[in-house]
Amino acid sequence: MKFVDEFRDGELARGLASAIASDVDSGKEYRLMEFCGGHTHAISRYGLTDLLPTNVRMIHGPGCPVCVLPIGRIDQAISLALEKGVILCSYGDTLRVPASNALSLLKAKSRGADIRMVYSTLDALQVARDNPTREVVFLAIGFETTTPPTAVAIKTAQAQGLNNFSILCNHVLTPAAMHAILAAPNGVALDGFVGPAHVSTVIGSAPYEPFPAQYKKPVVIAGFEPLDVMQAIHMLVLQINEGRAEVENEFTRAVTREGNTKAQALVNDIFELRDAFDWRGLGSVPLSALRLRPAYQQFDAETKFNQPYHAVADNKACECGTILRGEKHPRDCKIFGTACTPDNPVGSCMVSSEGACAAHYTYGRFRVVAG
Amino acid sequence: MNTVKANYVRPIDLRNGRVDLSHGAGGRAMAQLISELFARHLHNPYLAQGDDGAALPAAAGRLVLATDAHVVSPLFFPGGDIGCLSVHGTLNDVAVMGATPLYLTASFILEEGFPLADLDRIVASMAKASRDAGVPVVTGDTKVVERGKADGVFISTTGLGVLREGVSLSGANAQVGDAILVSGRIGDHGMAIMSVREGLAFDAPIVSDTAALHGMIGELLDEVPNLHTLRDATRGGLAATLNEICHQSGVGMMLEESRIPVSPTVEAACELLGLDPLFVANEGKILIICPQEDAERVLACLQNHPLGREACMIGKVCADPHHFVQMRTGMGGSRIVDWMSGDQLPRIC
Repeated sequence: MKFVDEFRDGELARGLASAIASDVDSGKEYRLMEFCGGHTHAISRYGLTDLLPTNVRMIHGPGCPVCVLPIGRIDQAISLALEKGVILCSYGDTLRVPASNALSLLKAKSRGADIRMVYSTLDALQVARDNPTREVVFLAIGFETTTPPTAVAIKTAQAQGLNNFSILCNHVLTPAAMHAILAAPNGVALDGFVGPAHVSTVIGSAPYEPFPAQYKKPVVIAGFEPLDVMQAIHMLVLQINEGRAEVENEFTRAVTREGNTKAQALVNDIFELRDAFDWRGLGSVPLSALRLRPAYQQFDAETKFNQPYHAVADNKACECGTILRGEKHPRDCKIFGTACTPDNPVGSCMVSSEGACAAHYTYGRFRVVAG
Repeated sequence: MNTVKANYVRPIDLRNGRVDLSHGAGGRAMAQLISELFARHLHNPYLAQGDDGAALPAAAGRLVLATDAHVVSPLFFPGGDIGCLSVHGTLNDVAVMGATPLYLTASFILEEGFPLADLDRIVASMAKASRDAGVPVVTGDTKVVERGKADGVFISTTGLGVLREGVSLSGANAQVGDAILVSGRIGDHGMAIMSVREGLAFDAPIVSDTAALHGMIGELLDEVPNLHTLRDATRGGLAATLNEICHQSGVGMMLEESRIPVSPTVEAACELLGLDPLFVANEGKILIICPQEDAERVLACLQNHPLGREACMIGKVCADPHHFVQMRTGMGGSRIVDWMSGDQLPRIC
């Protein structure tokens, strides 16, 4: 496939692997966090760890939108669908995330909730148009990549007078989460970040500049293709060897320093910062999420249906929190692959294909049983 | 003066008529639907007996019976419809057992309000598939449920076949060292359905691979009777089928990603929708597991048949106490090819 195969070329991958192998300092540990679930997935899907020296360790970050959503947020959505009778539209990934009372959106659906899987916010708007007598709520989740499409949906709903449409807003911010990880006392030791791909197309590379400045951690923004990841790792290895800490951009075919200013302006018009937001794993993080501005309040399902968020504790045996902070690996979790599997997930990281546990279970668990 | 001919019955309205509850009630309306629609298309001496069941000649040898329900949405898709799919699906289940399919039965669950014109198209397509395959639908049943209790039409078919002499095929027969082959490009059926559902338009539209495979399988078994396993890789795709075989046979597998045939459009559509072709359903592809020394002959025989031109050898059976299907990726790393969890593609067949 054109424009894709070029970035999955096995020959080039082997070339990059040998460049990394010859450049790493064998006496050194390279602890690199891939922030995004998209990178976690690519690493597992293409078996990239097999191409890396053992002292280059990839640590999965919290950049999986479904994974960081706390139970209380899913509970809100379920309650809207089951008790308030709304049509709840959701991206497919979120459907199987475990919530309170042994429910998930999928299980709520089997109990009669009207839950529809959509591929885009435009589909959700269409559901609202097709059902003028019903309330339609879109479960808006995700980092800066999925926020502009939600903004477009709000603009469209307003322009077309779709008063039966609203959103449950859970949009979160990448730099805030990176700060939370680096600032955590006794947090994970890191030597650098493989920086987000799609998020960076929107926000640009400038928002990462504080990380080298404040924390002396290099950031290399990388695309989601396997060769992107390999090249970014090589660039990080070189920065670390040379004692540099800079923001570098491997994903130049899509990311600029400024990012997509049009999308940023649209998001800024419709959303404002929340004072704080509960993340699974990271806890309450100040200024880390968005809500609708007062001018768009009528599209806010939390207000419209008086459905406030209540914090709910995670399952005690589940290590999603420590895994999302990079402190533990999925294999360190007692219930990984036994009580918690993709078919019967206990924690959110076992649900989405971008989740560290699901990726490890689906693609890489042979390494655990072999070793 | 009455000008209507004696014994004249006004035919059912195949242009604008719709299924109503009387079509399943056992009265005249049902009899008329059966004779003017089902029997008209599917006619054969057994069906013409018009009894509660079909009386069939005794077959020599061991029998194979397979049954399959079809609930695909949409009912019409590029390359086929629920009618031909319901014939192919069951014939293939019989054929991969190593049997020659002889007869089919069909039962229809119709939703009140379903256009008779659509039903007519579906049954015509079913009849064509059955004629092309040389396997008649010998008996059937029709039920009608109220509007909203079904989705247009559901079709269950059952196939009866007679097992070929000297053939012993089972998912439990895969042995360490065996070769794994696939009869062509994977993922076409599932992505044809998805592209309609999601309104994806490609320069070259994706067409379902739905086809009756007993002809190709027959030729293959004539040539190489000692195959170990045959499976049609339907729901859950290649991945599910290989995992099933690993568990049944107590073995592992190692695939080569670069050898697995996928058409560029299917690959692109999967990329767009975040799907993996390994998990996408096929309706006209078989997986073959055979001793390594027979692999070249199997490949040549498949490639000689129009439905197997793009057959490939994709991997090997290996020893693995955990029964993992592993794959060497194009990048040179390894990964598991796991069962799919959940269902990203409901009602694919």
